[in-house]
Amino acid sequence: MCFKAKRRLTLALSSMSALLPLTAATAWAQDSKVNAINMPVGVTEVSASIYDLHMIIFWICVIIGVLVFGVMFYSIFAHRKSKGVVPATFHESTKVEIAWTVVPFLILLAMAVPATKTLIEIYDFDDAEMDILVTGFQWKWKYEYLQEDGENLKFFSNLRTPQDEIYNEEVKGEHYLLEVDEPLVVPVDTKVRLLVTANDVIHSWWVPDLAVKKDAIPGFINETWFKSTQVGIFRGQCAELCGKEHGFMPIVVHVVSKADYVDWLATKQSEAAEIKELMAQSFTLDELAERGKGVYQRSCLACHGANGEGGVGKAIAGSLLVTGAINGHLDSVVNGVPGTAMQAFGGQLNDVDMAAVITYQRNAFGNNMGDMVQPLDIFNFKKGQ
Amino acid sequence: MGDHHHGPAKGLKRWIFATNHKDIGTMYLWFSFAMFILGGSFAMIIRAELFQPGMQLIRPEFFNQMTTMHGLIMVFGAIMPSFVGLANWMIPMMIGAPDMALPRMNNWSFWILPPAFLLLASTLFMEGGGPAFGWTFYAPLSTTYAPPSVTFFIFGVHILGLSSIMGSINIVATVWNLRAPGMTWMKMPLFVWTWFITAYLLIAVMPVLAGLVTMMLMDIHFGTSFFSAAGGGDPVLFQHIFWFFGHPEVYIIILPAFGVVSQIIPTFARKPLFGYDSMVYATASIAFLSFIVWAHHMYTVGMPVSGELFFMYATMLIAVPTGVKVFNWISTMWRGSMTFETPMLFSIGFVVLFTIGGFTGLMLSIAPSDFQYHDSYFVVAHFHYVMVAGAVFSMTAAVYYWLPKWCGRMYNETMGKTHFWISFVGFNLAFFPQHFVGLAGMPRRIPDYALQFTDFNMMSSVGAFIYGGSQILFLYNVIATIVAGQPISDEKVWEGAEGLEWTVPTPAPFHTFAVPPQVK
Repeated sequence: MCFKAKRRLTLALSSMSALLPLTAATAWAQDSKVNAINMPVGVTEVSASIYDLHMIIFWICVIIGVLVFGVMFYSIFAHRKSKGVVPATFHESTKVEIAWTVVPFLILLAMAVPATKTLIEIYDFDDAEMDILVTGFQWKWKYEYLQEDGENLKFFSNLRTPQDEIYNEEVKGEHYLLEVDEPLVVPVDTKVRLLVTANDVIHSWWVPDLAVKKDAIPGFINETWFKSTQVGIFRGQCAELCGKEHGFMPIVVHVVSKADYVDWLATKQSEAAEIKELMAQSFTLDELAERGKGVYQRSCLACHGANGEGGVGKAIAGSLLVTGAINGHLDSVVNGVPGTAMQAFGGQLNDVDMAAVITYQRNAFGNNMGDMVQPLDIFNFKKGQ
Repeated sequence: MGDHHHGPAKGLKRWIFATNHKDIGTMYLWFSFAMFILGGSFAMIIRAELFQPGMQLIRPEFFNQMTTMHGLIMVFGAIMPSFVGLANWMIPMMIGAPDMALPRMNNWSFWILPPAFLLLASTLFMEGGGPAFGWTFYAPLSTTYAPPSVTFFIFGVHILGLSSIMGSINIVATVWNLRAPGMTWMKMPLFVWTWFITAYLLIAVMPVLAGLVTMMLMDIHFGTSFFSAAGGGDPVLFQHIFWFFGHPEVYIIILPAFGVVSQIIPTFARKPLFGYDSMVYATASIAFLSFIVWAHHMYTVGMPVSGELFFMYATMLIAVPTGVKVFNWISTMWRGSMTFETPMLFSIGFVVLFTIGGFTGLMLSIAPSDFQYHDSYFVVAHFHYVMVAGAVFSMTAAVYYWLPKWCGRMYNETMGKTHFWISFVGFNLAFFPQHFVGLAGMPRRIPDYALQFTDFNMMSSVGAFIYGGSQILFLYNVIATIVAGQPISDEKVWEGAEGLEWTVPTPAPFHTFAVPPQVK
């Protein structure tokens, strides 16, 4: 613990001294997003209308500002005592007061018209061509592609940036904090309806280029939609404070051509079928531990530490629970621990990954239990409850 | 005045048992300054962490505690009590009253504040850490998922709500009952008017906040489900109740600031306030509108389109009375005979920067655009322009303006002006770039950020350190004035000053207006 803190401090100091002018960003200077000073126009019709609204109101403010501050600065320049000005004594004028009440009111009225039009356009959820259920978790997103036949495709989308980059032990990559293991993939020119909800606390799904920001509220489902006119990769972040890792749950949307989308969907579906097959198989301890290591890094590490030393969550290394009976260990991972930050992973990990991560935890960080669980055991455990 | 035999008690008792409005005002002012430094040091920690990408100095959970405590302490500990302190000092002197109407309640409403903040600050040292759910403490992050210290936070909020309500009742009672003969409603100084209206706002909304935290307490400890969908409740209900308190709250902060500036600008323009009547009506309109716009903080929670439209139109309307105020201040300056002492500089800084904050407020009112601005650094920039360059600048102006009257000594003008210019530059360097990163997509309340936001965040941190550092100069100047400032005895202090407070001796004696003055 102490060693780690010390190392962090030295790193912080050394990176500060090495910092000099603006190191981090200059490397990506060719990227137009670097040091952007305005809202993106975005890639949907709605985002373009919002951008226009934003610019109209911005210029109205600039013009009023120039006029008002112009008068004020002229007055500051001209009407000063040091120039021997004798103060006037006027102190009211009903006519002017009426004028500067009515004129702003009319400007606002003019502004309200396009704003209302755009708002109504945003609220038109009809004729969506596909539906995706977006669920916010502490601290990741889950996407579920709703299919007519009920065979929904679903997966979690986790931050991919390694802890070493976050804690300055490695050079930060180009998409630092804005990269995920599994992006949301959608077809271009398609009206995609999102049903947004949350599993624990309130999150908010925000992608600036799509001009979508919708709160994900536990127990309620919000609707929103977008229709991208361009293919590309669009990045965003959770916008509502949702706890410790709020800054570390990005959103990445890949908008692809319709043909690519069909291919992608087919691949994902066959992967799902493969997992189903795997679930019936048996593995060796090494195979499970190998797979489990990856699962641990994606799903457990943020709370339980890279070496199982604990953090927000309890330590895995030497834990009585982990080195105790398998069923107790399984219970807390599958069902979570109520009243704590330990989530129920039963619905988040498939049985293969669950078996792998349990086996890994029991055999890593000095927990040399030498035992393992198979996917089938997980299946039976879940069925048995 | 023959009042010396009624002088203050000696030693600590003078302060503990204080019933004199000036002593209580002084305690409020010092207390709020202490909180300003504490909340400010939390801000310095935040800006140090955000100086460059990557986690550098603190852990994310501590970062969240810092943003939360910074907000809570600045709003409830620094800004609000500072204006209550100013009200204590100035309202009786402005309306020709001998003291506040309810002096013992006045003592109580101050003395419950320090324990409340001690309680709040102590949560930082508790198991699980202090509140880490933002100063808006949205459920269920602040209920089901909160650290155990949330109960202490709730108790703290109850106490300071109580303090605010008592303070407000006192102000209302004083203004109704203790005005000097001839001090009719439409002769009251604007600072008194704005506080009179603010006091009613406080009485209306502090119980709402108390109710809200009580509901949280019930959810946490007594098995209710006000804010949990699993039990039939609704997390969005929390936000409606919070902002029904929270929006009037921001006007509670800014209206007295309007009042201060409306006193100072005429003094240094040597010309009466332009459009006094319309200023009073504008203040009242803003107060009324503040009750029907709360959901503009919640455009993204999924309200029906009719709700969005109502709150958008109502919010846009606020621009009208606010515009009237700005136009009136500028017309007051127009063809005046201006000088630019420190209070005037801070007031002009207020007018310029508050107006910029007003412009971004107008932008934020447009619901479709707000889908992009909401919960981004654009919002952070907006509310710091109105809270810091608005409320804090005007409070600073007030201290420089009335300090000579309070202690009979003149502050160092050069140091005051230096304080202004460093503050002005530091503030803008800190908060102007936040508009850019916000528009470009940086969410608020994050401990670490993507690389494209690096340069502006560095600027912002440097600006914040400059602004923070300049407050040490302020503290030094104030103490130096009290201890060894150049003594003055001119009742008016400022050539262009008008009003009853400038008719009493300088420094203001312990008791003023034992015999009510006659107002023409």
